[in-house]
Amino acid sequence: MTILHVRGLIKRYGTVEVLHGIDLDVERGERIAILGASGSGKSTLLRCLNFMEMPTAGEIVLDDKAVGRRERDLIAVRQRVGMVFQQFNLFPHMTALGNVMEGLRTVRRWSAAEARARAEKELARVGLADKAQTYPAHLSGGQKQRVAIARALAMDPELLLFDEPTSALDPELVGEVLNVIRSLADEGRTMLLVTHELGFAYHVATRVIFLADGRIHEQGTPDEVLKHPRMERTRAFLASHRQFSF
Amino acid sequence: MYQWDFAPVFAHWPLLAQGLVNTLKVTALSLSCGLVLGLMLALLRLSPRRWLSWPAGFVIEVFRTTPPLVQLFWFFFALPLIVGVEMTPLLAAVVTFSIQSAAFFAEVFRAGIVSIERGQWEGALAIGMSHRQALRRIVLPQAVTRMIPAFLERAIELMKTTTLVATIAYADLLFAANDIAQKTFRPLETFTVVALIYFVVIFGFSLLARRLERRLAVGGEATVH
Amino acid sequence: MRWDFSSVLANSDALLVGLVGTLRLFAICLVLGLGLGLVVGLGRYARRKWLYLPATAFVEFFRNTPVLVQILWFYFALPILVPFEISPLAAASLGISLNSAAFSAEIYRAGIQSIERGQWDAARALGMRWGQAMRRIILPQAIKRMLPALTNRAIEIFKMSTLASAVAYVELLQQGKLIASLNFNPIEAYTTVAVIFFVLLWPLVQFTYWMERRLKRDE
Repeated sequence: MTILHVRGLIKRYGTVEVLHGIDLDVERGERIAILGASGSGKSTLLRCLNFMEMPTAGEIVLDDKAVGRRERDLIAVRQRVGMVFQQFNLFPHMTALGNVMEGLRTVRRWSAAEARARAEKELARVGLADKAQTYPAHLSGGQKQRVAIARALAMDPELLLFDEPTSALDPELVGEVLNVIRSLADEGRTMLLVTHELGFAYHVATRVIFLADGRIHEQGTPDEVLKHPRMERTRAFLASHRQFSF
Repeated sequence: MYQWDFAPVFAHWPLLAQGLVNTLKVTALSLSCGLVLGLMLALLRLSPRRWLSWPAGFVIEVFRTTPPLVQLFWFFFALPLIVGVEMTPLLAAVVTFSIQSAAFFAEVFRAGIVSIERGQWEGALAIGMSHRQALRRIVLPQAVTRMIPAFLERAIELMKTTTLVATIAYADLLFAANDIAQKTFRPLETFTVVALIYFVVIFGFSLLARRLERRLAVGGEATVH
Repeated sequence: MRWDFSSVLANSDALLVGLVGTLRLFAICLVLGLGLGLVVGLGRYARRKWLYLPATAFVEFFRNTPVLVQILWFYFALPILVPFEISPLAAASLGISLNSAAFSAEIYRAGIQSIERGQWDAARALGMRWGQAMRRIILPQAIKRMLPALTNRAIEIFKMSTLASAVAYVELLQQGKLIASLNFNPIEAYTTVAVIFFVLLWPLVQFTYWMERRLKRDE
């Protein structure tokens, strides 16, 4: 079952066109890794899907309905599509628990007790039950990102977007975050993941998309794209990321 | 419906012009005295000797913490009785606003001087300059450049504050407004015109200041790189 | 000459009345000025022209005219345009509040702009509306950074309240004037008024210094 159709997505900043007409269908349960050099437009693509960036042209279809541009349409989409950021973007004036509760309280209008119970469950899922009352300033980078994942999960999203979730982390903290994402994959969650962790993409993704110059240059199973790429540019990109081992 | 009539107000244009000149005069005099006094206060404040730095700090705090109008009244009504000299409204205004600006500038100078890296002092002393020479030749010129935005901001604030002199009957622009309003029975037109004159002059200075600041910011960066 | 404060002490009732008048005017202008300032500051931050342009015009006009001129305009000029009396308190409140709104609007705007874009992203990604993100995420963080500047504004408002004496509103300076003219003791009267202001405001000024230092340390 397709949960998201993208048709002819174009994004321009002023006169610079960053995405030149992307077509993409996301099936339920798919885990799509998006690869590409910096400047290839992969983050922009991800950010267009929940309208963090406004697409210049093209359609994003959710439930057979093209998403409009009115604020309530955007809000409806964002409640069903969760996002995890490179820089975590935790709310510094709230505890870990407060961060996870925030969407449920403010957007979903849950009662404090319900929101708290749900938030505690999500924090436990990412292994941070004991950090509920800690403020972000006192958490490590890996812990921050796990809280951010719990914050997105609390909203029960049908689709999760990860925008380079480990790029801002010290190398020794990458593992704990990837483990959480892997456990979500094991649950069968639908997700799109922009990443430089090619090994992780190989093992976790069901599909790999290689983006170059704002176009989908090559896509297929991890085996096809990462082990037997057909296109020259894909090979060149992979060659420059040789540190990964399958 | 009220019939607006600006003609009687403009008939008194010499009063308005003289008022504006007087406003600018108080501003310019207070600003220049305030700068000199402010530098002196800042140096006293930075002095390692307590009997110099504490009184300077006290003067700065008092003038930053009490209302300008109270200061003006004190200098106009109280001081002449203490020292036994006549005080004209102009003199009282210039004395008040000079010390007030000095208190403000002292903090700006101090922050500017403190912000200069120790290496600049050491470099100057190492080539045999005295403390005074290092301050005058090396440190102050650099500090002054950093102070220019604060100086401009203060100049604009001061021009607005000078309206207080109207309350002790110095014939500035606001006093002229009061005068004309009473002569013409046209307070609405008079005060509107005067408000607009103030706006044009002060906004003009603000725009100039902003342009200068941008130029300085760009130039400052150029010297860093 | 001899200083003699007994004639001022004998009029402490009058000073108390003045203090109450000062505090009343201060409270009105603090609430109106900082409240309206938030509205105007949000307008200055807006991208829509019909919000941005009037807010900017308001800020520029009231920042670039003297507050005393504004008070006198409301006292002498406005009554001609409106069908009701303008009391000294109303004129002073209008002038000082609108002036403070213009200055605090810039504090709010700068404070809001200082919050990283990621905070907006995270709030919007959760499905928050603009107003929810502003109220729950952006303002609580911005207020902390704006607090020293806003306290400074409050101090300025307190000092500005003396300008109401120009329209004969009964406040501390006006009462000082009264005592000075009745007892021929301007030295003691005005010194007392100055000391009262200093004693009331000095702790607040120290508090802003302390807040500024703490904020610098935190960031």
